[in-house]
Amino acid sequence: MTDTKIAISNLYKIFGRDPANALELVKNGVGKQELLEKHDHVLGLSDINLEIPAKGISVIMGLSGSGKSTLIRHINRLIEPTAGSMMVDGDDVLAMNKEQLIDFRRHKASMVFQKFGLHVHRTVAENVAYGLIVQGQGKKEAKAKSHKWLERVGLAGFEEHFPSQLSGGMQQRVGLARALATDAEILLMDEAFSALDPLIRTDMQDVLLDLQKDLHKTIVFITHDLDEALRIGDRIAILRDGQMIQQGDPQHIIIHPADDYIFDFVKDINRGRVLQVGTIMTKDQSRSTVTIPSDMVLEEALQTVATIDGQSANIVNASDQVVGSISLDQIVKGLARPEVEAQAGQYR
Amino acid sequence: MDFWTNKFPEMGRTDLRDLKKGIDAAFRDFSRAYGENMEDFFHPLLQFLVWLEKLLLAAPWPVIIIIAAALAWLGARSISIVIGTILSFLAIGYFGMWEDTMSTLAIISVSTLVCIALGIPLGILMARSERVQSIITPVLDVMQTIPAFVYLIPVVMLLGIGKVPGLIAVCIYAMPPVVRLTNLGIRLVEKEALEAADAFGASYKQRLFGVQIPLALPNIFAGVNQTIMMALAMVVIASMIGVAGLGVPVLRAISNQYLALGMMNGLAIVALAIIFDRVSQSFGNRLQRHRQGAQHD
Ligand SMILES: Nc1ncnc2c1ncn2[C@@H]1O[C@H](COP(=O)(O)OP(=O)(O)OP(=O)(O)O)[C@@H](O)[C@H]1O
Ligand SMILES: [Mg+2]
Repeated sequence: MTDTKIAISNLYKIFGRDPANALELVKNGVGKQELLEKHDHVLGLSDINLEIPAKGISVIMGLSGSGKSTLIRHINRLIEPTAGSMMVDGDDVLAMNKEQLIDFRRHKASMVFQKFGLHVHRTVAENVAYGLIVQGQGKKEAKAKSHKWLERVGLAGFEEHFPSQLSGGMQQRVGLARALATDAEILLMDEAFSALDPLIRTDMQDVLLDLQKDLHKTIVFITHDLDEALRIGDRIAILRDGQMIQQGDPQHIIIHPADDYIFDFVKDINRGRVLQVGTIMTKDQSRSTVTIPSDMVLEEALQTVATIDGQSANIVNASDQVVGSISLDQIVKGLARPEVEAQAGQYR
Repeated sequence: MDFWTNKFPEMGRTDLRDLKKGIDAAFRDFSRAYGENMEDFFHPLLQFLVWLEKLLLAAPWPVIIIIAAALAWLGARSISIVIGTILSFLAIGYFGMWEDTMSTLAIISVSTLVCIALGIPLGILMARSERVQSIITPVLDVMQTIPAFVYLIPVVMLLGIGKVPGLIAVCIYAMPPVVRLTNLGIRLVEKEALEAADAFGASYKQRLFGVQIPLALPNIFAGVNQTIMMALAMVVIASMIGVAGLGVPVLRAISNQYLALGMMNGLAIVALAIIFDRVSQSFGNRLQRHRQGAQHD
């Protein structure tokens, strides 16, 4: 989690006739609403600073219109920023010329789209091979690889079908296979599973997590669904009206939401199934001989802790060292939703 | 001065005459100076047209009918269209219109090819840039609405009477649909499909030939279909400036009031139009059905 793959700093995006002028206004404190009403410009992104570590799933969240799609499209420069910098592996993406940018998109970063973005005139196999053909690889090679990736996403046998013959979930498997086939280190996923039914969506999350175990890609995953974010994200960043409100460890965000907006996101989740004991434990060791792993969720821990005498258990980390303890009391408190008042504004 | 009853303050009679004379003289000088170059320029096209016409006329009629039936089958995959094609050609031959029909087929084929060769690239340019679109659209409007007789005058002044000016007249009239529908088809390609191409690093060419044109093909095809129909509609006018074909007897029928002659040749043109239309339309539909995957399973 140490080396930074993608570093975004002071990134601004303003849509409109005269973004440069509007940028000055924004820097002087004009907000999204005012900019739209008085100056007829849309504030897409405002002063975004974000470091995305290599080999993990970084989730970007936010309500509709908060700028998620705009932000992810800056990473492969499908959208040009108004100001700011975008570095990938230390290379300045914004300084690239046309050829370098094409090369970057062919080899370094691939993308999965909310509406799949498949080519309806190509077969499934041809769609998966698309990135490879664009790279200039031979037809045979591309075909073999596309077969391999279709197998990986569970669609072997559908090579000669057309996208319109597949269900939404299957189409997105094709979209995923197409993105994986180019062997790019970075995978950009813009609400890739949002168009799918809940059950299929969970399926796809499993597919992704499973693949990620072997592939160790740097994945930027966009969603407006907190459950999805918690399920797959190693870290979460939250956008509102083009601004980055909070970023960090998902567990931390749940117990310390930075403001009302984020509190609204986290208030309805099932805390017992999401919060881990390591997040709310005390650092002191207890005398108990019972130990539970620190990434166990509260609901599970409750089962164990409720049955022991001193009603407290020791917490161990991945290498079996005791790192703290937790009592029944703490678990029950952890399950309770924090007061709105206590949260609002406190961590601004 | 009584503003309301006065005659329109038109240009002086002599001035107007001098103006018209001046334009005519200038154009005449231009055509004297460059007419020959123009003819040389179009010579290969003329040769191709003559060659094709001779080929169609020299081929035994059963061969032509077999080829026409085969093409109809390849395009439409429909037995009734194939039978209709065969019957039409038999009737055309039986009523003595075979040679004129072959001449008409030759000029229609060549002018359609010219329209496609010029029209599709033009449509692509239009789709690429708003500026180009705003320049070409009014030109297409003029081409489609200006009475054919008006542009026949300069064409004939430049190139005289013959097949080439006829071909040019047909193309001016028939080209707009293929240009328009190519432009439209490319503009209608879904944003998502294009964004995917961009995200995977497609070059301009890969984007154009791999995504835009294939997805625009049904529309482009509808444009080609309309172009063929409009070329057929020009057959009679083209025959006024020396193009052989089914239009010649129609003209003769008009000046001599031969009802039957006019009707028969007119119906032959209609038959060709229907065959072209049905075959190319069902070919276009098949392109689309393939996209929707209904062909499989
Ligand atoms: N091309 C554009 N021109 C003008 N405004 C735009 C453009 N693209 C996006 N916007 C505006 O920028 C803001 C952010 O849009 P964006 O699509 O990034 O939101 P999002 O978070 O992805 O929303 P959703 O969840 O609906 O996909 C919105 O207010 C939107 O209206
Ligand atoms: Mg979006």
